[in-house]
Amino acid sequence: MRLPLAWLSEYVHPGGDPWELADALSATGTEVAGVDRFGIKAEGFEHLVVGKVLTAEQHPDADRLKVCTVDVGEAEPAQIVCGAPNVAAGQTVAVARPGTVMPDGMKLKKAKLRGVESQGMIVSERELGLGDDHSGIMVLPDDAASPGTFVAELFEISTDVLELELTPNRPDCLGIYGMAREVHASNGSPLTPPPWTGVELPPVGELDGITIDVQVPELCPRFTALVYDDVTIGPSPHWLKARLAACGQRSINNVVDITNYVMLLTGQPLHAFDLDRVAGGTLVVRTANAGEQITTLDDEVRTLDEQMVVIDDADGPTSIAGVMGGARSEVADTTTRVLMEVATWIGPNINRTSWKLALRTEASGRFEKGLAPEQTLEAQAVAHQLMLELTGATVRPALIDIGGPGPDPAVIRLRSARVEGLLGTSIPAERQEAILRSLEFGVTPAEDGLDVTVPAFRRLDVTREADLVEEVARIDGVDNLPATLPARRGAAGRLSPMQRLRRRAEDALVGRGLRGIMGWSFTNAGVFDRLRLPADDPRRQAVALANPMSEDHALLRTNLVASLLDVAAHNVARGARDLRLFERGAVYFADPDDKLADEHDQLGVLLTGRAAPPTWNDGAPATADVFAAKGVLEALATRLRVDLSVRHAEQPFLHPGRCGEIVLNGTDVVGWLGEIHPLVAQAWEIDQTVAAFELDLGAVLAVAVEHALVEEYEDVTSFPAVRQDLAVVIDSAVPAADVVAAARKAGGALLADAGVFDIYEGEQVGEGKRSLALHLEFRAPDRTLTDEDADGARAKIVAALTEQLGAVQRG
Amino acid sequence: MAVTDRITEIQAEAEQAIAAAGSTAELEELRVRFLGRKAELPNLLRGVADLPPAERGAVGKAANMARQALEGLIAQREEALAGAELDAQLERDRVDITLPGTPAQPVGSLHVLHQTWRELEDVFLGLGFTVMDGPEVETVHYNFDALNHDPQHPARAWTDTFYVADDVVLRTHTSPMQVRAMEAHPPPLYVVIPGRVYRRDHDATHLPQFHQVEGLAVDEDITLADLKGTLLSFARTVFGDERQIRLRPHFFPFTEPSVEIDVSCSNCKGGSMKDGSRCPVCKGTTWLEILGAGMVDPNVLRAVGADAYDPDKVQGFAFGMGIERIAMLKHGIPDLRLYIENDVRFLEQFG
Repeated sequence: MRLPLAWLSEYVHPGGDPWELADALSATGTEVAGVDRFGIKAEGFEHLVVGKVLTAEQHPDADRLKVCTVDVGEAEPAQIVCGAPNVAAGQTVAVARPGTVMPDGMKLKKAKLRGVESQGMIVSERELGLGDDHSGIMVLPDDAASPGTFVAELFEISTDVLELELTPNRPDCLGIYGMAREVHASNGSPLTPPPWTGVELPPVGELDGITIDVQVPELCPRFTALVYDDVTIGPSPHWLKARLAACGQRSINNVVDITNYVMLLTGQPLHAFDLDRVAGGTLVVRTANAGEQITTLDDEVRTLDEQMVVIDDADGPTSIAGVMGGARSEVADTTTRVLMEVATWIGPNINRTSWKLALRTEASGRFEKGLAPEQTLEAQAVAHQLMLELTGATVRPALIDIGGPGPDPAVIRLRSARVEGLLGTSIPAERQEAILRSLEFGVTPAEDGLDVTVPAFRRLDVTREADLVEEVARIDGVDNLPATLPARRGAAGRLSPMQRLRRRAEDALVGRGLRGIMGWSFTNAGVFDRLRLPADDPRRQAVALANPMSEDHALLRTNLVASLLDVAAHNVARGARDLRLFERGAVYFADPDDKLADEHDQLGVLLTGRAAPPTWNDGAPATADVFAAKGVLEALATRLRVDLSVRHAEQPFLHPGRCGEIVLNGTDVVGWLGEIHPLVAQAWEIDQTVAAFELDLGAVLAVAVEHALVEEYEDVTSFPAVRQDLAVVIDSAVPAADVVAAARKAGGALLADAGVFDIYEGEQVGEGKRSLALHLEFRAPDRTLTDEDADGARAKIVAALTEQLGAVQRG
Repeated sequence: MAVTDRITEIQAEAEQAIAAAGSTAELEELRVRFLGRKAELPNLLRGVADLPPAERGAVGKAANMARQALEGLIAQREEALAGAELDAQLERDRVDITLPGTPAQPVGSLHVLHQTWRELEDVFLGLGFTVMDGPEVETVHYNFDALNHDPQHPARAWTDTFYVADDVVLRTHTSPMQVRAMEAHPPPLYVVIPGRVYRRDHDATHLPQFHQVEGLAVDEDITLADLKGTLLSFARTVFGDERQIRLRPHFFPFTEPSVEIDVSCSNCKGGSMKDGSRCPVCKGTTWLEILGAGMVDPNVLRAVGADAYDPDKVQGFAFGMGIERIAMLKHGIPDLRLYIENDVRFLEQFG
C-alpha cells in the first residue's frame, strides 16, 4: 500500500525524515519496502507557483504557440511561451518557474522557443502526475489563490510516499487513518480524531421505492446504503485528484473518486450505483447460481458458482459482492441519483471468489482480510460529507442499515506474569497500558494484570492473550529484548546413529574424489522413456503433481540416475568430460495404501572419463568403467561395514554385459551397478562410457546402523598371518565371486581373507576355461600358525573348489 | 716352492686384483676367486692338518693372516666402490624437479548447499538441538491446518502450492515438522529439521524447489529473549563473531508474537563500500533479512492434541531459514540457478 506522507500528516505528525519514519514503522511491525516521491521534487518545489495569465498573444513564428505574460506574484510579470490550445487571458494557472524539478526528473530552465524567451512553463495535469489529461493546461478556480502562492500549499503535489508491505492480519492498516493510528503508537505524536467524527448521518430507516433484501446474512453481516439526488457528475477538485494520484489511483469522476478516496482513507470499500440503472430500485444479496454470468466494470464476462455472492436488481446480477461492480449499473456522466452502498462481507468467501475468478481488486484485497461491520458507517460518514460538498447532492432522509454492528467487543485478561513469561523481560504495567491505549484498546486494571477491550477494527486479529503480548512487545520494541539462552534441561545435541552413518557414507564418497550434486526432485514420463523403462516398471509409479508448473516437471523422481545423467550431460557439453558425481536425496513412489508418498533416501554415483587428468608422466590415465564404479561401491561398503555384493542382473538402461544388482548381506537387492547403455547415454548426448550405481541408502543404513558404529577391538596384531597363493583352472562361466565364496566357506575359521588377484585365459588352460589366482590369508587369534596349519586349511579349500565347482589346482 | 711362499704370492696377486677392481660385481668375483669354497687359499687352510707338524703352525698362521688381510681389503674396497656406485645411481636418478607433481587421488566435495546444510545442523547441535527429517510429500493438515493457517490463507492456493491431491501437497516449508516432532517426542524438545521444500514460483529469484532449516524449542519457560539469544549465537557462528541481529515484529500464522530477523551486513561499513558506493549485499541498509521466527502459537501446540503440549503448560519458539539464502550470503553467490545447474566449475569452488 502507498502511504503519502502529506495526506497522513492531516491526522498525525510523520516526523521529519521519511526514512526515519520507515525505520520506526519497521521496528513496530509495518514493513516499509521503499520511499517514493510523488509529484514535483522537494528540491525547488517553491518554484511551482500560482499564476494569473494577463495576456496570451500569437507567437510571431509558430502557429501553435502563444506568448503569454503571467503574473506570478513578482513585480514584473513573467513571459511564458505556451503550446496549449486552451490558454487564455484571465485564467488562473500553475506555473513551473525555472528551478522546478518535474515528476519525471526534468529540471526546468529558461528557454527560447522559436526565438522567444520563456521563463517557465504553464503545466497540464499530466505534467504534474495528477492524471492523463494533456489536452491543455490545468486551469485553477479563479479564487484558488493569489499569484505567487506555492501550488504545493493548495494541494499535495509534492510528497514522499512510503511503500508498505502489510501483513494479512492488519486490514485496519489498509487505510490512511489506520496507518495514522500505527504512526501515533509508534512515534507518539498526537492523533487527530478520525475524519468521520461529528458527521451526522440520516437516521436509520426505510426509503420509498428502494428495497434491499439480504438473503445471506451469514455472508453479508452488514449492508448500509444512502441515496442521493441531484448529483452532478463532473471532475474532482485538484486536491482530491492529487491524493488519489499519490496513492496510484486514476481519477474518473467526482462520485467514483469519492468512493476510492474514502476507501483509501478508511480502508472500507464502497460502491456507488446509478440508482436509475438499478432495475426496480431493488437490490438483493444472494449467492449466485452455478454458471450464472455477469459483465463486470472491466467489460469481462465472469462465470460464477454457487458459493459466490452477487447483488441483484430486478434484471439480475448487477455486482459481484465485495469484488467488482457490474457494468450495467455503474455511475456515468448522466447519473443524477446515486445509491451509495457500504457493506461488510465475510473475508474467506471474498478471498475464494477472488481466487476462483482470478480477479483481485482494491476492494477484494481489503474484504478478504476481514473488515469490521462498524467500519461501514465510518465510510458512509466521510463519503456523505464529500457527496454534499463536491457533487451538489441532496441526501434522502434515511440510512438503510441491515445487520448492524458486530458482536460486543471482547475483553481479554493480560497477565503481567504472562507478558514476562513469554518475552523473557518485564514491561511495567503502566507502559503496557500506555501502549494498548495508543492502539485504541480499552484498558482497566485487573488483579494480576490488565483487562483489555479490543477495538472493533482489531476484532479478528486480537482474540487471545498471546495476541495482546505481541501488541505490547512490538510497540515496546522487540529489538530491545535481552539475548538469553534456554535452560535446555536434559537436552543433548547429537546426531542419531543413522544421521552419523549417512554423513559417513557421503564423506566416504567425497574422500574418493566424488562431487556432490543436488538435482531436481521433478521429472517427467519422457525421462522414463529415455531410460527405456518398460510400461510395468515400478519406477514408473511416480507421484504426479495436480498442478505442475510445466510438463517437464510434472512428476516426482523415482531414481537418481536421470538427475546424474542430466548433470553429466550439462558438464560434458561444456567440455568437462571427466566427472565423478554423486547425489544423495529422496526418490518418491506413489503408494496405493497411503496418500503420502513412499520416500526413500537414495544414493547415486556416476563416473565418466578419466579418474585423474593426464600428466607428463602418464599421458593416458585409466578411464572409468564398471569396475571403477564397483570400486567406489566397495569403498562405501567398507566404510559402512556392510556386505554389499554384486551379481549379474540386467537393467533396461544398462549395458547388458556390464551390469549387476547390488545385494545386501547376500539376500536383499538394494540397487544396481553397471555401465549406462550406449543408447541411453546417447539420449543424454553423452558419447563416452558412463559407469554408475544407485542404491537405497536408507535400507543399507538400517542394516549398517546395527554394528557400524560399535567398533569392538579384535586382536589382529599379536600373531602373524600366513599368506599363500592358490591358482585354479575353472569354467569361465563360474563367477569369480562364487569361487571366493566357496573358498571362504571351506577355509573355516582360520581363513581370515581371500580374494582374486589374477585371471588368465589362453591356450595353456584351454577353451572355455580360465585360471583364477587367489590370495589366501590364514590367521588364528590365539597362536602363530604353522605352515602345516595353513596347508591343512588350504587343502580343504582345494577340495571344496574341485568338488563343488569342478576346479583343478594349477601347477 | 714353500707353501708359505705360495701364500705370499696368492696374497700379492689378490691384493693387486682387489685394488684394480672397478665394481662391486667384479669385487664379488674376486672374493669367490680368492676366498670362495674352491679357491686355493681356503683350501690351503683346510689342508693344514695334512702337513708335517713342523710346517703346520707357520702355514696355518700365514694362510689365516692372508685370508683376514684379503677379507679386510675386499670390505674396504667394497665400501668405496658401493659409495661411488650409489652416487652414480643417484646422479642417474636426477629429475627436473620443476615438472608438475603426479596428482594425488582427487578429493571431492559436498554440494555447497549440502555443506551449508551440515554447517547449520552443526551450529544447532552445538546449541543442544537434535536433528530430524520428515516427508516432503505432506498432508494439508500438517502443512497448513495444524499451523493455524486460515482455510482461505493465500499460501494454500493452487497458484502457490503444488498439490498431489486435494489434501496432499509438496510441503511449502519445513514447518509441518513442528507438529510432527511434537507428536513424536514429549517436551522438552529442542530440534532442527533441514529439508527440501517446494513453492510454485520460478523466476530469477525463486526456484520451485529449495531448502530450509526449521528450528523448534518447547519447554516450560522458553521466552522470546531465548529465541533472540539462540539466533544471535547462530548468526555469530555462521557469519562471524562481530555480527549483530535485529528483531522486527512480523506476522506468521503459526507464531505469536512473530518476528523477522536481520543480521548485520559483513560486507560493508554503514552501508557503504570503501569507494563510497552503496553496498551491493545489503543495498545500503546495513541489515540482511535472514529468517522468520516467533513464539509457537497456542493453536499449534493445541494441534498436537497431547496433554504434554497444553499451551498453559509449555511454550516455545520456532524459526525457519532458507539454506540457499544463507549460502548466498556466506559465499557471495549471485544467482540461485547456479545451485541447480551443478556445473562442476561451480561445485569445485566450495569445500
